[in-house]
Amino acid sequence: METLSLLADGFAIALTPGNLMLAMIGCVLGTIIGALPGLGPSNGVAILIPLAFSLGLDATAALVLMTAVYYGAMYGGRISSILLNIPGDEPALMTTLDGYPMARAGRAGDALVLSGVASFVGAFLATIGLMLLAPWLARIAFRFGPAEYFALYILAFSTLGGIASGNQAKALIATCIGLGIAMIGLDNATGMPRFTFGNLHMMDGIDFLVAIVGLFAVTEVFVFIESHGRESALGVRLGRIVIPVKDIILAFPSMLRSTVIGFIAGILPGAGASLGSFLSYMGEKAMVKDNSRFGKGDPRGVAAPEAGNNAAAGGALVPMLTLGVPGSGTTAVLLALLMTLNITPGPTLFTDRPDVVWGLIASLLIANVVLLVLNVPLVKLFVKILMVPPWVLLPGVTMISFVGIYSLSGSSFDLLLMIGFGVLGYFFRKLDVPTVPIILGILLGNNMEDSLRRAMVISGGDWTYLFSSPIAIGLWIAAVLGFVAPFFLRGLLKRPQAITD
Amino acid sequence: MSDRLFAFAVIVVALGYILSATTIQSGFMPDPVGPKLFPYMIAGAAIVAALTILIRPAEEPEWPGLATFGRIAFAIIVLVGYAYALKPLGFLMPTAIAAGILSYQIHPDARNAALTGLGLSLGLFVIFRFGLGLGLFGFPRAWGIF
Repeated sequence: METLSLLADGFAIALTPGNLMLAMIGCVLGTIIGALPGLGPSNGVAILIPLAFSLGLDATAALVLMTAVYYGAMYGGRISSILLNIPGDEPALMTTLDGYPMARAGRAGDALVLSGVASFVGAFLATIGLMLLAPWLARIAFRFGPAEYFALYILAFSTLGGIASGNQAKALIATCIGLGIAMIGLDNATGMPRFTFGNLHMMDGIDFLVAIVGLFAVTEVFVFIESHGRESALGVRLGRIVIPVKDIILAFPSMLRSTVIGFIAGILPGAGASLGSFLSYMGEKAMVKDNSRFGKGDPRGVAAPEAGNNAAAGGALVPMLTLGVPGSGTTAVLLALLMTLNITPGPTLFTDRPDVVWGLIASLLIANVVLLVLNVPLVKLFVKILMVPPWVLLPGVTMISFVGIYSLSGSSFDLLLMIGFGVLGYFFRKLDVPTVPIILGILLGNNMEDSLRRAMVISGGDWTYLFSSPIAIGLWIAAVLGFVAPFFLRGLLKRPQAITD
Repeated sequence: MSDRLFAFAVIVVALGYILSATTIQSGFMPDPVGPKLFPYMIAGAAIVAALTILIRPAEEPEWPGLATFGRIAFAIIVLVGYAYALKPLGFLMPTAIAAGILSYQIHPDARNAALTGLGLSLGLFVIFRFGLGLGLFGFPRAWGIF
């Protein structure tokens, strides 16, 4: 009952004309961002953050806009997966497996509608799950002390490096790079400079937005210069859009199962939407009776990863809001947004700023309905956007990134740093070093160190204090399992290759 | 080979990081951990990970040819120039030039590239200046217009 009245308050905030408008704009922008290959949810949201500041939005409004973009990008990612066989963003990778064959068989419209409905089911149920689970988790989180938080950060990094990546050593190095960068600047506890080398620009530390935009957006330019923007011809004709009722009914149980799997994967700190869609697809393939059509255009193979990835997007908001530990690259970017707005996510957020939390949840529910309308009847409009050639898109994105970062500080130092991160990101992409752990490391490094130092002050330097509560021990065990498990499951969890022809 | 070089670079940077961390001054507050230990832990973990890569490197990635590296290097120079030009020269001219060059590099067609540069520069300026109300200058400030 309490939840319902809080939700009603949330709707009162979300349904103000201003916020409703922002949610709509966010949904449209997000779907476009998701659909365009090379622009995913994380870099899309990252580029928009500086611009959202310049609009002078208040915390709730900024959050409404950005989460609408986030959900929208999750919906939009499937469009280029199905039509171009290029995932619009990483979580949409699994959708190419059955979506593209379906489109090749002349059923592109059916695949788009089906995946749109699956996205809606996944995202909507996950938002309900978020609504029920988050306040409960926030109450548990009140019992978290510094030792528990330290273990939680370890868990986030180890699942990110373990289950969610192909190479543990490289993910660990990426994490260390992020944490190492976070140390730059004035030490919180002593006020002494660390790793600034006497450079005044370094005293404030390195702004994570600079790193995010550099690693995600500028890198993309170099990748496209290398590939000459070749992979971008619309290969499939899109006919009339009708609603494939039979397929939707057939795939509905798959959507529900995948929603559960995706939601759980999303909640795991550090795992995120890519893992959600991957596990959903593999789970569905294992569970259905006749899986011989999987990979050849089975509607269930389209519905499962889409429901899973959108459910994971909702699930990833749970640890981000309740614990301040993001579950994915994009929620890390959203966390950056909150921190810059001077809102500290965590258990106190639910008691101190219920307007932010419930306004956000209500606008997510609204955004979902808007997105269903945008992505089913109006999907043809977005397909047109895929026609924007990369030689217009990439320079445009770069210029927007420059202006965004420039408007934050007005210094060319940050711009140079951003280019530096872009170059680093290009080489890391080549070397298969994941970049999301770098972002998470920069974002969480100082909190992680603080929790360690506070734990040691409390215990007087006794290291066993880190393992002194059942919650902490549970988190440590989960962390070790998350990091080690992939060594044994590698054969089982091998990612299927996308079809290349 | 690439992996080994990468691991070697990580180890060198991590050792430099440790060296730099030794010079951090401690505070006056009682703090059993202090400002140095966490950086040591980070660098230590990076070194361990890099050593495992040295021992078991992954397959060689597909590097592009020298020509592509040349193009990427040129793009970097253009972007750095753009970063420095934005303040003194205003938004419009540097953006048109930088966007045009990037566009040409992705798809070598001079006419398209020139149009892309001009279009993006004008279009984005209108959006940023009049849509979002950013305090951007269109031309060098001394000219006194926009």
